[in-house]
Amino acid sequence: MDATATYVLPYVLRLADTCLIHSQRLSEWCGHAPVLEEDLALSNIALDLLGQARALLTYAGQLEGVGRDEDQLAFLREERDYRNLVLVELPNAAASPSDGAGGRDFALTTLRNAALSIWLELLYERLQASTDAEIAAIAAKSLKEVRYHRQHSSDWVVRLGDGTAESHGRMQAALALLWPYFNELFAAEGVAGVGPAWKELEPEWRARWAALMQEASLTLPRDSAMQPRGIDGIHSEHLGHLLATMQYLQRAYPGGVW
Amino acid sequence: MNLAAARERLAQVPDPEIPAVTLMDLGIVRELRETDTGVEVVLTPTYSGCPATELIADDVRAALAGFGDVTVTLQRAPAWSTDWISPAGRDKLQRYGIVPPQCQVGDGSGQAIRVVPKLRCPRCDGGKTEQLSRFGSTACKSTWRCIECGEPFEYFKPI
Repeated sequence: MDATATYVLPYVLRLADTCLIHSQRLSEWCGHAPVLEEDLALSNIALDLLGQARALLTYAGQLEGVGRDEDQLAFLREERDYRNLVLVELPNAAASPSDGAGGRDFALTTLRNAALSIWLELLYERLQASTDAEIAAIAAKSLKEVRYHRQHSSDWVVRLGDGTAESHGRMQAALALLWPYFNELFAAEGVAGVGPAWKELEPEWRARWAALMQEASLTLPRDSAMQPRGIDGIHSEHLGHLLATMQYLQRAYPGGVW
Repeated sequence: MNLAAARERLAQVPDPEIPAVTLMDLGIVRELRETDTGVEVVLTPTYSGCPATELIADDVRAALAGFGDVTVTLQRAPAWSTDWISPAGRDKLQRYGIVPPQCQVGDGSGQAIRVVPKLRCPRCDGGKTEQLSRFGSTACKSTWRCIECGEPFEYFKPI
């Protein structure tokens, strides 16, 4: 691996794994969303993110240079090798699966989708101008997709936050739970010319987020000092369980294909 | 090698998810060129996660059987845009019951998609319609309903 790839590879993996794990969590809604239209929407968003993850993982495999493809990176790495944000591996509900809702909370999913789509939109806007042609091409394509995700999830945040007492309360609770994990959105180092330090996205992300919260009548919690480090492979207890489901087939039937 | 014949054959290949239009109509086919041993087709996928991408490549290979080795190359940049759908393709979508994109995406600033358009129903031409969801049966469409005739329909989102 040449010197540049040493720095670019982790940068790409952080984004690739974030898209992949976010997609996997969203796909858990397939067949369970509150309404049919939303079932289609969440599945389609998951599919876009999976496509983005595939392109990024394929490129990560090339940068790594030891012959691993997208499937090997997705299905044969261990938990500590994953570089996704802890935010995306958190389950779709704070409560246990025995709460009757099957471990899915639409408020939490909606809020997480909005936070990530605003962040991805800002990041892809910057990466379009990357000196790395492959990253620039993936970003230009993905940007078009995440704009629709952002519109869709923002609409829901406003509708639920500014809705009934029940929906408002659920959104406020989801915000309190997720807020400390948003810190990691700004944690990764940049690579000169290739991609910005995520810290550079923070002012604009915070401005957009504050505007959305105001429109949705939601109150921002106090800032937290928590610093999750999924981007360094330090994960919550949830990622292992997610991988057990996601990787089961390749582990049980190595090399299996469609 | 008869490149014109190959092009004619390629022009017949329908989109697997919206068979009313061809791959050419959608502007997915960027290039067809002769190689030393056959032909190369350059395709631009519509959406990153479009599950039809592999199927489309297979369909192209099958359609060009007899033209030597068929190489299918996926090219991501410049990213596919609905601006590339041909006028014939737009007509076919409309007749099929999918309203074609109502604006040009142009420079890619994202300005075009901020406005929810006013659509006419592709079935009864009624003007009272509403968007039910920004997503539909596939990533490229949103779901609508005509208030006048009560029928659902889809809109091909500008991207």
